[in-house]
Amino acid sequence: MKRYTHIRSRTGSMDLQFETISLIWILLGLLAFVVAIAMGTGWGDTYISPNAVLSTLFGTGSGEHDFILLTLRMPRVLTALFVGAALGVAGAILQGIIRNPLASPDIIGITGGASVAAVSFITFAGGVASIKLLPLASIAGALLISLLVYGLSWKKGVTPIRMVLIGIGLSAAAKAATTLMIVMSPAISAGKAYLWLTGSVYGASWQNVYTIVPVVVLGTLLALAFSRSLNAQELGDDIASSLGVKVQRHRFLLILISVVLAGTAVSVAGAIGFIGLIAPHIARRLVGRLYGGMMLVSGLIGGLLVFMADLIARTLFYPLDIPAGIFTAGIGAPFFIYLLFRNRNQI
Amino acid sequence: MNKRNALLLLSAFILMAGAFIASLLLGRTNYSWVTLVSSFTQYNPEQVDHLIIRTERLSRAVIALSVGAAVSLAGAMMQALTRNPLASPDVFGINSGAILLVVLATLLNPSSPMLHLALYAVGGATVSAFIVYGLGSLGRDGLTPIKLVLAGSAITALFSSGTQAILVMNENGLQDVLFWLAGSVSGRSIDQVLPLFPFMAAAGVAALFMGRAVNLLMTGEDVAKGLGQNTVQVKLMLGVLIVVLAGGSVAIVGAVGFIGLFVPHLARSLTGRDYRWALPFSAVLGGLLLIIADIAARLLIMPNEIPIGVMTAAIGIPFFIHVARKGGAWK
Repeated sequence: MKRYTHIRSRTGSMDLQFETISLIWILLGLLAFVVAIAMGTGWGDTYISPNAVLSTLFGTGSGEHDFILLTLRMPRVLTALFVGAALGVAGAILQGIIRNPLASPDIIGITGGASVAAVSFITFAGGVASIKLLPLASIAGALLISLLVYGLSWKKGVTPIRMVLIGIGLSAAAKAATTLMIVMSPAISAGKAYLWLTGSVYGASWQNVYTIVPVVVLGTLLALAFSRSLNAQELGDDIASSLGVKVQRHRFLLILISVVLAGTAVSVAGAIGFIGLIAPHIARRLVGRLYGGMMLVSGLIGGLLVFMADLIARTLFYPLDIPAGIFTAGIGAPFFIYLLFRNRNQI
Repeated sequence: MNKRNALLLLSAFILMAGAFIASLLLGRTNYSWVTLVSSFTQYNPEQVDHLIIRTERLSRAVIALSVGAAVSLAGAMMQALTRNPLASPDVFGINSGAILLVVLATLLNPSSPMLHLALYAVGGATVSAFIVYGLGSLGRDGLTPIKLVLAGSAITALFSSGTQAILVMNENGLQDVLFWLAGSVSGRSIDQVLPLFPFMAAAGVAALFMGRAVNLLMTGEDVAKGLGQNTVQVKLMLGVLIVVLAGGSVAIVGAVGFIGLFVPHLARSLTGRDYRWALPFSAVLGGLLLIIADIAARLLIMPNEIPIGVMTAAIGIPFFIHVARKGGAWK
């Protein structure tokens, strides 16, 4: 079997190189997505067999499950999968650029900024502007905070450590601002507030799906186009630029992609933590360091992680519906501690 | 030097007393001096003004003063003990540990007396302090600022997800707890808190007398040992005082972040490294700052109120970033 598979444009100006192992994992991941959709929508308070799910999906069913499946569970499962995918890809990009295994959208403060913006939008513009603008608001918040982190870490250049430290500080600030908004806002009840503080796909609608899916698909494709640049950037700025990579410009664009992905994810599901940290690590274990394949696998794993967290959260504790973010943090924080332990001599 | 410090300390103390009185006067309704004085000299519980000043306002002022002092003392001792300018109860994850156990205790017995809650808080504070200290000290370079912050935020994430899980499962009273979690000096009457004060006061006074020992410890472990200090004992003592002061504060007001980080730096910039002075300065300045923050919290967005934890974050986080930009090194 060949080790590498290439996908080239006709002129050869674009060349995606995938390791065969990545392709296998990508196919497996996609299969898992399909299984998640078929099986995941069936599990819940009323169990619906996969057969019934499929026949409902293809419109050949009796219609008795239409409401539960098509209105309640399907958007929720899809949102979980794609929110996780967005976070997984965003995390993979960030870890490549910052060259630090501890980087992720939540630790750098990106999800925090998106949450503040989303909550402020609901508080101040709730009745005035269309709720469809919410993703834009949270992307703007994510962008603003990443600029702040980058700018404040700048001191004759940016070091990853300083970025992480300042990101943690700004996340704390963002959390305080979110709390302030929640306390001030008549529109947000305490229960709803948890959606923004911990992240949950509870009550996801088709509108959410229509928001997140195009962003994930487009963002991932764009990021794929830069995968070779990311591979080069991992070698360090000097080597990358001598290989012909326009380091600064590519880095900026990649951060932008990652911010848009994370910001959109937050706007539909709140700040689900640690997915952007864990998914790339698992992906690297499975398929190695090469971007492209790794990024896609990371997205697929992120999606499956959020899906599973949500599945556990809504079935095990029924009738309670626990935010998926609590589970991702429960798994993610120990993993973070493990990473800290493994890298204890490097940081 | 000592004369100058004494004068400075005296003026800080006078400022604090002034802020304390202002805190009794200002609020949704502002009172006159006459009302204030008469509410103390001829207290009449039937009169609303007197009632508000003597219960609501006085409780808040006393709580803000003591918690500000306690948290700042804890922060100053932590920074000395770990030789780390970013150390403070919140960065260390102590607040989140204390909160988790307090929420757990409230869940098991909703009518737990304050003293029990405080015990749980101190327990939680101890557990997280140990974990973060251990985790941050791994590796060749020992407890570097960056490792401390990372370990602290990992533990904070872990414990707060636990807290949130508990809260989600018991939605009753979520709004109250949310406000308390964000840090609030209102809604606790002084009678509830009173049984805690002897312990906090004892710890605070003991902390003030640690100045000499801390100075010696800061010269370096070997030197301190050579000069006859039992460093293990001193460190243990500091650790106990820290968790009592920080944990007790959380039990009273929830997470009041970043003030324990900022105030000790402010104190040292006034007094230098002499902890015989830096510790009392931290206490007085911490009390002063939290009272002012509390006054601002109730005046800024009337009729609503800003959680005081948000106010202290607004003061403290820019400072955190300032220190972080310097790579977390002592100046």
